[in-house]
Amino acid sequence: MRRLDLTILTALLGVSLLGGRAVAEEGTEGMVLVPAGVHEPLYPPSPEEARIAVAAFHLDRTPVTNAEFLAFVRENPKWRRGSAAEIFVGSGYLSHWSGPLELGELAPENAPVVRVSWFAARAYCHWKGKRLPTENEWEYAAAASATAPDGKRDPAFVATLLQWYARPSPKVLPPVGQGTPNYWGIHDLHGLIWEWVDDFGSTMVTPDSREDGDPDVLQFCGAAAINAGDKGDYAGFMRYAFRSSLNGSYSIGTLGFRCAK
Amino acid sequence: MRMFVAAIAFLFPALAYAQEHPVLPSQEVSAGDSIYLLEGEFTDQHGKTVRLKDFEGKPVVVSMFYASCPHACPLLISDIKKVERDVPEKLRRDLRVVLVTFDPDRDTPAKLRELGEAHRVDMSRWSFLRTDPDRVRELAALLGIRYRFGKDGSIGHSSVITLLDREGRIAARIDGLRQPNHDLVREATTLLEARK
Repeated sequence: MRRLDLTILTALLGVSLLGGRAVAEEGTEGMVLVPAGVHEPLYPPSPEEARIAVAAFHLDRTPVTNAEFLAFVRENPKWRRGSAAEIFVGSGYLSHWSGPLELGELAPENAPVVRVSWFAARAYCHWKGKRLPTENEWEYAAAASATAPDGKRDPAFVATLLQWYARPSPKVLPPVGQGTPNYWGIHDLHGLIWEWVDDFGSTMVTPDSREDGDPDVLQFCGAAAINAGDKGDYAGFMRYAFRSSLNGSYSIGTLGFRCAK
Repeated sequence: MRMFVAAIAFLFPALAYAQEHPVLPSQEVSAGDSIYLLEGEFTDQHGKTVRLKDFEGKPVVVSMFYASCPHACPLLISDIKKVERDVPEKLRRDLRVVLVTFDPDRDTPAKLRELGEAHRVDMSRWSFLRTDPDRVRELAALLGIRYRFGKDGSIGHSSVITLLDREGRIAARIDGLRQPNHDLVREATTLLEARK
């Protein structure tokens, strides 16, 4: 709780420094202000980019839930299951809901929405006046353990992440926002679902690939892993590899999202 | 599967129609697969505002690039010119080429026109388009093109040449530079021969 207060204080301080007013930015309810900092990407695209400055941004405290997504499709008929164009949502879009406007027992209201494509996730965030986080923003926020802004080298934190990756996902996902938030006060960046980022998979594209006609160089993550910045970050490796295998219309049962601003 | 259905449709149009579209009119069924569902405005090398849907009705070769790209993009353009050359001459005038820049900040219509002139392409059939960064990202996702901005101003990207049929559905693609183009050229020729 003390940390949460600190986060709010930081947020207010940040806003007051920027705008001279001690009020939260409009439309950021349910979001956390992640202060500006330095992100060390797992795959620095060039030696100069081993440390990347990340500007302050707001990130949803929890992933978007089924109930929230239902409100979106109610207001936006073209994004309902059965109406949304296949090129944007693939074939499994919201297939665990019991109907286009009914959640059903496989999709509890407070569980994170999954089986949503990148296009649908993006449309939801835009509808909210937000956007999907970039990969750097997401990774920067997710590097925080419960006690430190960067837990990537904390063996206990890394072990917890790997345990989650080793465990199969339950058929019905639990509610969002359970358990301890991370250092910034954000929940569920690990341990519940995978999440879309706006520029998914782009990390695997290195400047060298401009000059190389071999498509495998772009598609195969193993080659790029040689350049990985932190060889012990297996969890990070899995996230980058997973994201690089995605396609914007994929809708799968372990992939959801949250928005940034 | 789509390619299979397309092949069957070519051989047995009536049969394929019966299997693919049992109830709904064909445009309603196929509309879900069309790149032309991507909304938003683009500006061409003449400064004219266009939408992707404006290309409906003709087979289109589409790719993404940026004008200041030193290595891959000239090769990409030359690969597309080769596709054009390999399509029978009498059918060629019906083929359209659309190149969308990753770099709307730097690639103004004037710069795009200059590029087209430098590559001596037929500007009545080639469109060099720019749009906003959001639309760039969405189109790249639809075409399966990955890209990222480098710190030095370069843009790393995959080179993919995609053939769209007259309705904007993906009919063939070439992944990478200097790859064999036979399949895409054959598909383009088939589409061009099936005159409406």
